[in-house]
Amino acid sequence: METWQIIALVVVVGVLVLAAVMIYNGLVGKKVETENAWSQIDVQLKRRHDLIPNLVETVKGYATHEKETLERVIQARNTAMGARGAAEQAAAENALTGTLRSLFAVAEAYPDLKANQNFLGLQEELTATENRIGFARQHYNDSVGQYNAGLMRFPANLVGGLFGFRQVEFFQLDAAEVAAVRQAPQVKF
Amino acid sequence: MQPTFRDLIAANKRNTVLLVLLFCLFVAAVALLLALAVVALADPDALGALDWREAALVGGGAALFSLLLSGAAYYGGADMVLAVSGAGRIEHKDDPELFNVVEEMAIAAGIPMPAVYLIHDPAPNAFATGRDPRHAAVAITTGLRHKLTRDELQGVIAHEVSHIRNYDVRLMLLLAVLVGTVVMLCDLFWQMLRFSPSGSSSRSRRDDKEGGGGGIIVIVLVVIAVALAILAPVLAQIIQLAVSRQREYLADASAVELTRYPQGLANALRKIDADPDVLKTANRGTAHLYIANPIEKFEARANSPFASHPPIQERIRRLDALIR
Repeated sequence: METWQIIALVVVVGVLVLAAVMIYNGLVGKKVETENAWSQIDVQLKRRHDLIPNLVETVKGYATHEKETLERVIQARNTAMGARGAAEQAAAENALTGTLRSLFAVAEAYPDLKANQNFLGLQEELTATENRIGFARQHYNDSVGQYNAGLMRFPANLVGGLFGFRQVEFFQLDAAEVAAVRQAPQVKF
Repeated sequence: MQPTFRDLIAANKRNTVLLVLLFCLFVAAVALLLALAVVALADPDALGALDWREAALVGGGAALFSLLLSGAAYYGGADMVLAVSGAGRIEHKDDPELFNVVEEMAIAAGIPMPAVYLIHDPAPNAFATGRDPRHAAVAITTGLRHKLTRDELQGVIAHEVSHIRNYDVRLMLLLAVLVGTVVMLCDLFWQMLRFSPSGSSSRSRRDDKEGGGGGIIVIVLVVIAVALAILAPVLAQIIQLAVSRQREYLADASAVELTRYPQGLANALRKIDADPDVLKTANRGTAHLYIANPIEKFEARANSPFASHPPIQERIRRLDALIR
């Protein structure tokens, strides 16, 4: 081989390696962001678990006949805290959301409770926490979408395949909840 | 393919660096030309004797000056803006709902929780500041805070959080400083022109040396310098405001990306538009930071190259288009 051919070869290989390194780093950055976003969801779920004992104590003082509802909330919370794995956790958290909704529905019947500053504060905190969980999931799905799309694009798919990058799953509501949301707007008179 | 928000953010960061470099070059060129013109007016002979090192010193000095000012704005700008607008920092217990809404939007945007400030003013407005998401703050007037529902507040805060996430604040802060430098340089030029001994004495001297050859260069230089001194500040401002308007549209779009609820921001903008109060603490220097132009009202909010914000009706129209 002549000198210029060797130089050309070195340049071509160098450019290819550099491109691969940049693509690899880009994929790692996006992957890490999906992991960050996932841990954010956990942070918010933990926050909701911490709020519940306080809420139950406040409601107990006023709604003396609602022992059953309160017990269901506590039980759902304990199940959710002990849940392992994404699917089990999602199911337990959804159950907790359901019991909390029924608790706030029950609270409507107690005017003293509804006027209680502590209860109102807790209600805002729980609403905000529900929102935070929702937005954290939204952010997670956004970053998963970014990562997956980045992984599918050419030539990143070659680099990704070479280093074993895999598509990440989106967060999804379970089938029952999707069905409930889909038929929600049916209002009958 | 449609650019994603991440692409737009990356482009924004690149543009910031590019803009600062270009502006510094521009400032250096303007400074050099204006200085040459002043020297030439004072003494045409000195122009020929002028060392290139002195010229480089003037240009380099001006560029360095604008770079230093940009640095000062980069590190101190946020605190300055908050102090000027009379904003007071609040904690979670002062206004849990506002605090929660800010935190929700920060989570949706994937940025750290910004500091929250309240401005005691009945005029409805809000702004965001801070050089990057780690050093950011959102401020809202008491007037806007009390007028909005939770959903509308969420829209407004989403708009502000988008400014932080998109690095708009950094871009606009640096732009403001650089435009200020250009304006200051040109003002300096006018002052020097007035006090330079360019009047009768230099003209008589020029008459003495009819065929000197330096005369034409001097005239051309002065004409260019005067034109530049008139045009440069206007041009710099037009560029700044064009960038500012583009950023507002982008922040509206990003806000919808965060809340997935265009009605919230659209309704908040309607309430802001319908309000006759004018913000007391806003001035031309800080106007571009706010969610809606805090100085001009109603008919003055028309679409023009000198507006820091797009017309509020157009913004509402674009948001409503997303609802259908």
